[in-house]
Amino acid sequence: MLEIKNLHATVGGNEILKGINLTINKGEVHAIMGPNGSGKSTLSYLIAGKDGYEVTKGEILYNGVDLTEMKPEVRAAEGVFLAFQYPIEIPGVPNTTFLKEALNSVRRHRGEEELDAMQFVKLIKAKAEELGIAKDMLKRAVNVGFSGGEKKRNEILQMAVLDPKLAVLDETDSGLDIDALKVVSEGVNQLRSKDRAILVITHYQRLLDHIVPDFVHVLAHGKIQRSGGKELALELEEKGYAEYGVAAE
Amino acid sequence: MSGKAQTIEQVREFTDDSYKYGFVTDVEVDTAPKGLNEDIIRFISAKKDEPEWLLDSRLKAYRHWLTMPEPEWQKPKFPAIDYQDSYYYSAPKSVGDGPQSLEDVDPELLKTYEKLGIPLFEQERLAGVAVDAVFDSVSVATTFKHKLEEVGVIFCPISEAVKRCPELIRKYMGSVVPYTDNKHACLNSAVFTDGSFVYIPKGVKCPMELSTYFRINAENTGQFERTLIIAEEGSYVSYLEGCTAPMRDENQLHAAIVELIALDDAEIKYSTVQNWYPGDAEGNGGIYNFVTKRGACRGRNSKISWTQVETGSAITWKYPSCILQGDNSVGEFYSIAITNHHQQADTGTKMIHLGKNTTSRIISKGISAGKSDQTYRGLVRMGPKAEGARNYSQCDSLLVGDKCGAHTVPYIESKNKSSVVEHEATTSKINEDQLFYLRQRGINEEAAVALVVNGFCREVLQQLPMEFAVEAQKLVGISLEGSVG
Amino acid sequence: MRNMVNLTQPYVDQFDAVKERLPGAQLPWLEARRVAGLARFKTVGLPTVKMENWKYTRLPNLDEPGFRLATWDDGHVAVAGVPAFFSDQTALVRLVYVNGIIHPELSQLDQLPDGVSVEPIAQVLETDPGFIEQHMGTEAVAYDQGFAALNAAMMESGTVFRVATGVVINQPIEIVYLNGGTAEPIYRHPRNLFVLESGSQATLVKRHAGISAGAYFNNAVTEIVVGDGAILRHYTIQADCLEALHLSSVHVRVGRDATYENFNLAIGGRLSRTETRVRLEGRGSHCNLSGAYLMKASEHCDNTTVIEHLVPDTTAREVFKGVLNDEARGVFQGKLIVHKDAQRTDGYQMSRALLLSNRAEMDTKPELEIYADDVKCSHGSTTGQIDETALFYLRSRGIPEALARNLLIQSFIAEALEEISDLRVREAMAHQVIHWLPAQCYFAEEWKQP
Repeated sequence: MLEIKNLHATVGGNEILKGINLTINKGEVHAIMGPNGSGKSTLSYLIAGKDGYEVTKGEILYNGVDLTEMKPEVRAAEGVFLAFQYPIEIPGVPNTTFLKEALNSVRRHRGEEELDAMQFVKLIKAKAEELGIAKDMLKRAVNVGFSGGEKKRNEILQMAVLDPKLAVLDETDSGLDIDALKVVSEGVNQLRSKDRAILVITHYQRLLDHIVPDFVHVLAHGKIQRSGGKELALELEEKGYAEYGVAAE
Repeated sequence: MSGKAQTIEQVREFTDDSYKYGFVTDVEVDTAPKGLNEDIIRFISAKKDEPEWLLDSRLKAYRHWLTMPEPEWQKPKFPAIDYQDSYYYSAPKSVGDGPQSLEDVDPELLKTYEKLGIPLFEQERLAGVAVDAVFDSVSVATTFKHKLEEVGVIFCPISEAVKRCPELIRKYMGSVVPYTDNKHACLNSAVFTDGSFVYIPKGVKCPMELSTYFRINAENTGQFERTLIIAEEGSYVSYLEGCTAPMRDENQLHAAIVELIALDDAEIKYSTVQNWYPGDAEGNGGIYNFVTKRGACRGRNSKISWTQVETGSAITWKYPSCILQGDNSVGEFYSIAITNHHQQADTGTKMIHLGKNTTSRIISKGISAGKSDQTYRGLVRMGPKAEGARNYSQCDSLLVGDKCGAHTVPYIESKNKSSVVEHEATTSKINEDQLFYLRQRGINEEAAVALVVNGFCREVLQQLPMEFAVEAQKLVGISLEGSVG
Repeated sequence: MRNMVNLTQPYVDQFDAVKERLPGAQLPWLEARRVAGLARFKTVGLPTVKMENWKYTRLPNLDEPGFRLATWDDGHVAVAGVPAFFSDQTALVRLVYVNGIIHPELSQLDQLPDGVSVEPIAQVLETDPGFIEQHMGTEAVAYDQGFAALNAAMMESGTVFRVATGVVINQPIEIVYLNGGTAEPIYRHPRNLFVLESGSQATLVKRHAGISAGAYFNNAVTEIVVGDGAILRHYTIQADCLEALHLSSVHVRVGRDATYENFNLAIGGRLSRTETRVRLEGRGSHCNLSGAYLMKASEHCDNTTVIEHLVPDTTAREVFKGVLNDEARGVFQGKLIVHKDAQRTDGYQMSRALLLSNRAEMDTKPELEIYADDVKCSHGSTTGQIDETALFYLRSRGIPEALARNLLIQSFIAEALEEISDLRVREAMAHQVIHWLPAQCYFAEEWKQP
């Protein structure tokens, strides 16, 4: 589903990624772990298509098509979803309006019929219930006044509504206490399926106790240094990133 | 905590004598006749043994000055200045051609600076700060000159620089503040007497703080100094300026010009503690401090940072500004202005963004007490080519007592969509709960006010070099005396 | 260079030519005020950018298009109808003017509640001149505004709106000014007087719209008295055409425990300037002056406000939001004056602008002038562009860029619209904003304020 080949990328003229190779098949859950500044977030932004992140060499193939020239909204419509590390607050835009707009944009792109207000309300209520999200969160402006946990849950709700094929979770555990972490992880686990690939980006192993990955990769100095199974995460937890030339924090 | 303790100590120390710099030094002086005309300008120029071109430029400025109306947009109002009722040149006789070392300086003058808290000998030996001492119209001493010259730094009176490096003076003087800029700057361009000149060569980090102490001593005398600082590529200098004057019943005019030029990757940090005589509690006397200060960040990545603590003067009219020409250049303005009794201050800054990715930051803390009136006036302009430029301004005013005024007048002009300008301002009264808390712990009311005000100003005080910060902190306390109770 | 006399003389001549025909010409006190206004106008002159208050707004050369004073005939040009505003048109009370002349067919006054009157000023000068003599004239002329002074001399049309003591009306009352549609450009000097007696409450919606493309020049003065304990919600929509010039000065006095709420939405006009001056004269009085402006092409919009806190315990709030596209220019000047003894004043002011184009310009001057110590006053201002991170966030959820931009502009403006306490008006204003937006907008129907 996702094939990243020898990816080099720069941000503001600085080379951050220096030859990433990564293949993710559908149904798989991959975790990328790495210290701060290793290029984890850069990779997620490159997949989602943020301005200012420039591919200088290599390619990102998604179902065999190069993503790099695609607008972010087209990528989203094609099924790429990024759960932001810091979800953006948009005052004045109700969460439901935003979600309906997003869903219908995606549906239009896929040649599906748009949902009318009634159908949409039904859908979103069901999804919110499944994920244990309070109704008032839907009425409030996008992420405004949300607690850290609420913001991350809102990201998972969006993921559930948009039903992506590839979900990238960027530091979804950051800023969460253990209870919130459980709730969010459960949400993600509900969305695991044989048709969906998930890429979890994290600094700490603790998230992977809840979202158990099939593969773990260590990213440092802009390259994947090592790949393995879930036991690699535990090893990292114990030894830290020192062996990859990164001092303990 | 020690800073606060010191403040309290100082407040106690000075309860009887609020302006300790108000004494007069009895020295024989050489004075130009009273009044202002072309002959006076020729007299000043001749005294300084100036080249023809400089006299010409003075006369040109004078003739233009005659045609300029008095500025009237500022908030402070005062009776029209009688320019003919003032002396434009006064110099201690003993100075002669200018002293070569401290040993040559009139002991009476050295004593004066000692009394002002600037023991020149000690400063030379202990503090490691180079000082240029300007007494009325002339520089009486410059310390550390030779040590600075070893690294190529020129630090001397501007009248000396006119002779030593005329090409630099001709190239840069008036290039940031043209004589046509405003009425007061124009007057200065015609009659300026002395001031400091600093030249930092390419790549040199000036090894010590440079400072100038300005002192107005003579009666009925205006002081018109002129400072020019040039920082060549990759150089750095931190410059401090302090000002005092005796207590006199009449108003004395101080109209200075300061020009800063920073080339590629250069940085100039300019700090002022202005404590000119503010007049008495009834508003008699005091200095009219009408100063034009402006820096040009001409080079890429250059930086000019202004920090000012304005506690003195009957009227302050000054807007230290930055013209951010070079791409990525940085301008900063940190200000504390304290007015008490009948003082009036209209001060602020201008940040003119011309180059790409230029950034500026304005932090202004105004404290009004007694019957004083204070205005923050600032301009932030984003030019059409200032892509990616940023400004952040924060202007806070604190009112102590119900008879003072505090005003905020920012002008924000943006002609560029990619630049971001943020401005915030607040005005509030001094927090009664904080005062009560401190007093309940045994601190008297004035000291408590000083403490709270020091806290309010902290962000700016931190910008000052160490020894100035201590002095400034003391001043905060002293300036607010008599403002409560 | 043209001197002041030359600039003011054509107006003075005009006054001499028409003074006999102006409404209330038979009233000596009014004639005296007109003459005083003209004298004041001659002294002050036309505004220039050298005047501090006009620093950022330069009037175009007004003699160039050859403006003439509007006549009775101009009130009878063909009008297609009144552009829609409220979604619910039932029970509407509405007074419609065409070039200053009342248009009876478009107006709906049959459901006017008891204790409320809304009438052309010329009519009131016939029936109850004493009321106008009591309330009008003194405020506007005192200020340093040449055009307000000229209006005092020339005023020929406008509305008198009165609400009697204790009368509370919830239904908004609309006054619609349709202008233009004439062969030559015309100018007008409308004069409005709104008086809310003590304890009354009302909502007034003033709408300005162009009849067709073409220039006209409106020089309006509005005087408002909000009596003790009264509440006036005063909303204005300026949807003038691209050539229109619109100067408006609004002078408000707010009594004890009274509230004056003003929201000004500007979505069209070559040059518009609204100068609102509020005097909080009664203890416990409150005002909210807010607005939004969306400008394109080379339109220019100036919101200038002055709020004076004259007595203790008064509060003021201002939220202005602007969106500037193309070569449009926005100006916000806001001054809070806290007079001596006006203790416990609470003043808040916010101005934000979004620049959509590199040729657009925004000039802001928020001012605090404070002479009392027990106050809480603050202002904030930002100018910038659409937040790229938020734009990316929306796009990453599949929303196309043009739509995402619109959504962000809407959300930006929505913060100002929240200042409107009448929800019907807020919703109607939100629709006006949507109509202004570039490109298509899919979610117009959903866009309802909570």
